[in-house]
Amino acid sequence: MTATTTIDLKRLGALKAPAGFADRVLANAGLIDRYARFDTVIGPVFVAWNRNGVSAAMRAKDAREFEEWFARDVRRPLLAGEAPAGMERKIANQLDGKRRMRFDLRGLTDFEQAVLMKALEIPRGQVRPYGWIAREIGHPHAVRAVGTALANNPIPYFIPCHRVIRSDGVIGNYSGGGPEAKRDILTLEGVRLNRLQDLARQGLRFEGVRSTKIYCYPTCHHAKRALERNVVWLHDAAEARAKGFRPCKVCRPEAA
Amino acid sequence: MEGVERVFERMVHEHQDRLYALGYALTGNRHDAEEVAQDTLLRAYRALLTYPPERVRDLKQRAWLHRIAINVARNRHRGMRPKVVELDGSEPDVAPGPEAQALDRALMNGVMSSLEALPPRYREAVVLRYVQDLSYGEVAEALAVPVGTAKSDVHRALKMLRGENDDRHDDD
Repeated sequence: MTATTTIDLKRLGALKAPAGFADRVLANAGLIDRYARFDTVIGPVFVAWNRNGVSAAMRAKDAREFEEWFARDVRRPLLAGEAPAGMERKIANQLDGKRRMRFDLRGLTDFEQAVLMKALEIPRGQVRPYGWIAREIGHPHAVRAVGTALANNPIPYFIPCHRVIRSDGVIGNYSGGGPEAKRDILTLEGVRLNRLQDLARQGLRFEGVRSTKIYCYPTCHHAKRALERNVVWLHDAAEARAKGFRPCKVCRPEAA
Repeated sequence: MEGVERVFERMVHEHQDRLYALGYALTGNRHDAEEVAQDTLLRAYRALLTYPPERVRDLKQRAWLHRIAINVARNRHRGMRPKVVELDGSEPDVAPGPEAQALDRALMNGVMSSLEALPPRYREAVVLRYVQDLSYGEVAEALAVPVGTAKSDVHRALKMLRGENDDRHDDD
């Protein structure tokens, strides 16, 4: 009988998709984040990603801790997942400074994004003061805000907020596990922290090179190449200019 | 870009049950139903990314998604050997709640086996019209056939279903 048949068919239409189905679809479309644990040069790291790129990273002790941190800090749904092919390689390249990966910073303010993108420009093995970032992104007085933005970096290690330290030599805060972790990572990257801090304590911020008449941040690639006998230590930009040095165009110790 | 993502998120939440039910009616098991529904939505998303904003805005989502789903189900069918339907409903995947189980069993024993027996053309037509509750216009659109053809296919299907159900009762 038609009536019974069509009623049965309509009942079939009342079926509901299984729990979590929508989230799985959105995750496969790359619209919600997935995460996995990776072994890296700095040890095991939990990394979250979506179609826009890597969205978060943390050295959590287990998946649960990472999920809780993600829920609190990033405030989006998160599913465990299998890493796409090549992801491990990309992570290694990023941490080695060989090649950059894509990041998803959508949840952050424009200012926070500008700070983090600027931090990405600091090469491995080098450091810059907070004030450098503030000035470079066009907010020279927002030094504290830069500190806050870096402290809230959802992707530490990958976006190298650890390469930003205080100009007085104090290591400063680190979202990726406190000052100790920051010191460890910088040392791993080849920064001679003790020497840097000794200089900072004496108020020596810049390194001038007599032969080129250029001054740099002490960790700048160009400063490191100078012969010891050509090096002059400088307190500030005014002293540098008074002594006839111009700022390096690569590390930009003052606005060019 | 952000706009399309929003549209798609809403689309997933609004149509997930409908597409799952369609997948189930066409494949006869939960696992394949989920795959059909998921493939349909992911294909829809890839298409949306290429559409100009006006087209996304004016899209008749229900008919459009059903058309994609029909194609997904057909392609699966083509690529695979026909599957034996598990009549006892013993699927290896996630266990549904008791309500769904009861529904499943009833359907498995009755309508699903009748649907399985229909030629694809009639099965698709009757599923779209009565399981999915589409209008004849939408059925025609989803199947890319004239409305008249859709109507006659649905009626043929119903006739066959009635006949089969009667046969079953005799056998039992």
